[in-house]
Amino acid sequence: MIVARPHSRLLEPILGMGRAGLFLLLVLPHVVRPWRQCSISLRQLHFIGTRSLTVIAIAGGFVGMVVALQFHDTLVRFGAVGLLGAAVGLSLIRELAPVLTALIVIGRVGSSMCAEIGIMRSDNQIDALECMAIDPYAYLIAPRFIATLIAVPLLTALFNVIGIGGGWFVGVVLFGLSDGAYFGGMADSVLWRDIVMDMVKAVSFALIIVWITTAKGFLMHLARRPMFGAAGVSHATTDAVVAASIAVLFADYIISALML
Amino acid sequence: MSDTTAHGPALAVRGLTAAYAGNKVLDDISFTVAPNEIFVIMGASGAGKTTLFRHLLGLNQPSAGEIDLFGEALHPASRRDLYRLRRHIGVAFQHGALINSMSVIENIELPLRQHTRLDRNTIRIMGRMKLEMMNLAHAEDYMPAQLSGGMLKRAGLARAVVMDPPILFFDEPSAGLDPATADELDSLILRLRDAHNMTIVIVTHALDSAARIADRVMIIGDGRIRALDTLDNLRGQEDDYTSTLLGRRSRQREVDGDALLDRLTADFDE
Repeated sequence: MIVARPHSRLLEPILGMGRAGLFLLLVLPHVVRPWRQCSISLRQLHFIGTRSLTVIAIAGGFVGMVVALQFHDTLVRFGAVGLLGAAVGLSLIRELAPVLTALIVIGRVGSSMCAEIGIMRSDNQIDALECMAIDPYAYLIAPRFIATLIAVPLLTALFNVIGIGGGWFVGVVLFGLSDGAYFGGMADSVLWRDIVMDMVKAVSFALIIVWITTAKGFLMHLARRPMFGAAGVSHATTDAVVAASIAVLFADYIISALML
Repeated sequence: MSDTTAHGPALAVRGLTAAYAGNKVLDDISFTVAPNEIFVIMGASGAGKTTLFRHLLGLNQPSAGEIDLFGEALHPASRRDLYRLRRHIGVAFQHGALINSMSVIENIELPLRQHTRLDRNTIRIMGRMKLEMMNLAHAEDYMPAQLSGGMLKRAGLARAVVMDPPILFFDEPSAGLDPATADELDSLILRLRDAHNMTIVIVTHALDSAARIADRVMIIGDGRIRALDTLDNLRGQEDDYTSTLLGRRSRQREVDGDALLDRLTADFDE
């Protein structure tokens, strides 16, 4: 047990943050030694990355299309349709791709990670690992950290590419803009620092997602009013999804403010 | 560790005290378990059995006291020492605590895969040997959700003994099992002690099971040791709690009618 159960409602948020901080400190040494649980990390990478490809591709395509649709309608009013490629590229790369990818990963993967670890806590499976001298931070949590930190930036990159493709379909195929105007405008306006911001956001959001969702499940038994079984797991999962989503949006603002 | 098994107790607990929210749940518990002994901890529901069990495994931290395993400190101990010592214990949980996402054989192989450099085939053979021992060979590829309560306990026991630990902790082996399955599990426990020289610590409230397998029985109530002796000697004791637990006297409570009414309506408006 990392920290004893709190006895005061006022102390709970502070203790919760302290426990989450200690949780991260205990996980990180195992994250920097990924070869230890290589096969489990690869399995998690398949679950988090490969099995998210379809939903990310569909979401990226539609988001790119609707962004192009909205910008086209606005730019026509100012006679600046030639800027459509730049508008689609910048809005996707700087903002929409990392944030929407993170929110999709929270819904598809974060909830599942929290529920799985919560059930393991509830059924004494984590205690059983400890009794077998298997460190749950190394065996259960670190592979999920490694897989999420690899998968989310790659999924974000995929979202960018397919979103730009969706924008091309609306701008070029439907509205008759030339390929050169669309891609040329984009190439002129998107800078390296925009790509860097995209990846900084993707990596930061990946860390936030995996940290919050795994910690909520792993530390479920230390909540102020601990609940076990189905009710406890569902409560922890809902908490994790809400907290991770808000944290991603907050971090998005902070990173944008620092890098723009 | 093997050197120490020949000398001194396998498990020594001194002054173990634990509190939760200011209430003592374990109060100055001291006992020793000899090598190759089957030591049974009994108590009524809420007596502190499971709390004591978790402290013995280092899953909970006591507020005071010491726990030695084969002469080495399990508490107080660093995290690294705790993990090193845990390689020498086997733990079978009440409901098996198998990892849900793995098959039965993968569960049993898990400690071998994590702690040894044996090749895959050797590990598979060792896992299958334990399954044979538990009469679970047919369930090798089953997932935990497909197993009955008795099968889960036996699979959990197979995983607990796959490293051939010198000491085994078993939580409620008979709970929720029919008499025939419980009897079968008791025979397995005796065989583990006799054939593998294991020291076995069992937490249970099943008197029949304790009578079959226990060398000594420790009875705890309200977090304190109420009695510690062989079951035959305990049956002769006059202590109320022990007599009630061993089924010689029905549990009786004096009821104060007014106090009961106050408790039942404590949060009602006037």
